[in-house]
Amino acid sequence: MKIALSSSGKDLNSYLDLRFGRCEYFIIYDLEKEKFKVLENKGKYSSGGAGITSAQQLIDESVDGVISNNIGPNAYELLNSSGIKMYKGKNISCKLLIESFKANELEEIKEAGPSQKGGH
Amino acid sequence: MNIAVLSGKGGTGKTTISTNLALLLKANYIDCDVEEPNGFIFLKPEYITKQYVEVEIPEIDEENCTLCGRCVEICKFNALAKAKDKIILFDKLCHSCGACILACPIDAIKFTKRTIGVIEQGKKGEILLKRGLLNIGEPISVPILKELLKDLPEEEINLLDSPPGTSCNVVNVLNYADIAILVTEPTAFGLHDLKMAVELVKRLNIPFGLIINKYDENNLYLKEYIEEEGIKIVGYLPYKKEIAEAYSKGKILIEEKEYKDAFKNIANNIKEVLL
Repeated sequence: MKIALSSSGKDLNSYLDLRFGRCEYFIIYDLEKEKFKVLENKGKYSSGGAGITSAQQLIDESVDGVISNNIGPNAYELLNSSGIKMYKGKNISCKLLIESFKANELEEIKEAGPSQKGGH
Repeated sequence: MNIAVLSGKGGTGKTTISTNLALLLKANYIDCDVEEPNGFIFLKPEYITKQYVEVEIPEIDEENCTLCGRCVEICKFNALAKAKDKIILFDKLCHSCGACILACPIDAIKFTKRTIGVIEQGKKGEILLKRGLLNIGEPISVPILKELLKDLPEEEINLLDSPPGTSCNVVNVLNYADIAILVTEPTAFGLHDLKMAVELVKRLNIPFGLIINKYDENNLYLKEYIEEEGIKIVGYLPYKKEIAEAYSKGKILIEEKEYKDAFKNIANNIKEVLL
């Protein structure tokens, strides 16, 4: 099982980036192997539809769950329709969040957060 | 002849000026502020007809789609995404470019239509009044503007009441304009945003003149900039409580003699300076 965390940095001591579509990095943590890899979030550079780009990147990585804070309506729809579960994280280190996830302490996100989209 | 009325800043008086000038010049009034068109409040058109504006969006034949993902890769607007077992369209991000249709190797995508707003057209006496209304929540208004601005009567004067700011909507309005009237107010914010509007009309090479609204002769925010840039001033409207009150009641200013004279002066200057 693989979970993705929206992260502000490249290692497990980094704090969670509370944004989803515009977060800095994704940490993809493999729970069986206890290993992780880091991806630069492609959505960060999108002029529009950042959440969609980020969600697509995670779907392509075949993750089973996502830990973030605010997941907007488009990304929510996309992750949800791919059967990826979303969990609410706080502004603490990714390491602690993974521990909480293992202990089944994270709240599942059941609805989309507010849209952050900008205008023209 | 199309005259665009614009301002870098919102709330400077574009609608006040363009509705009054339209009546005085017997010019057609085209409200291009599709997100918040309020010129009709003052001009009260009759015999309104409506025309819905549609855009094209892709429709994917789910039976035949092989989920190859080429349409997703090619979409520069992130309007398409590949979920586990289907392609999802986010229609509000679609710019109707059709790249997905070209990219699909098995012709499983075709265009279908979606309504994003409406054009309303009416009359007040002889003059034509038009406005575009974007449906609430729609992010892309350029198709409405294009529909609104095509086929305007060429032999007549059309006043194009622009959206505020210097966004792509404003650039689109300016693409149809022969001359521009900039409206500003003598404040620090007014000056800041006026500079952006001036840069824009200069870049697009459109002759322009300036109206200073809410004018107060003790207020010198704009003086130095206007002199330095050699900007032509076509008129002033004073800073008066009565104007704000008349505006809030949806009244036309030129019904009062004092303002009618001010607007006549502006209209004459526009003819002299710009036409």
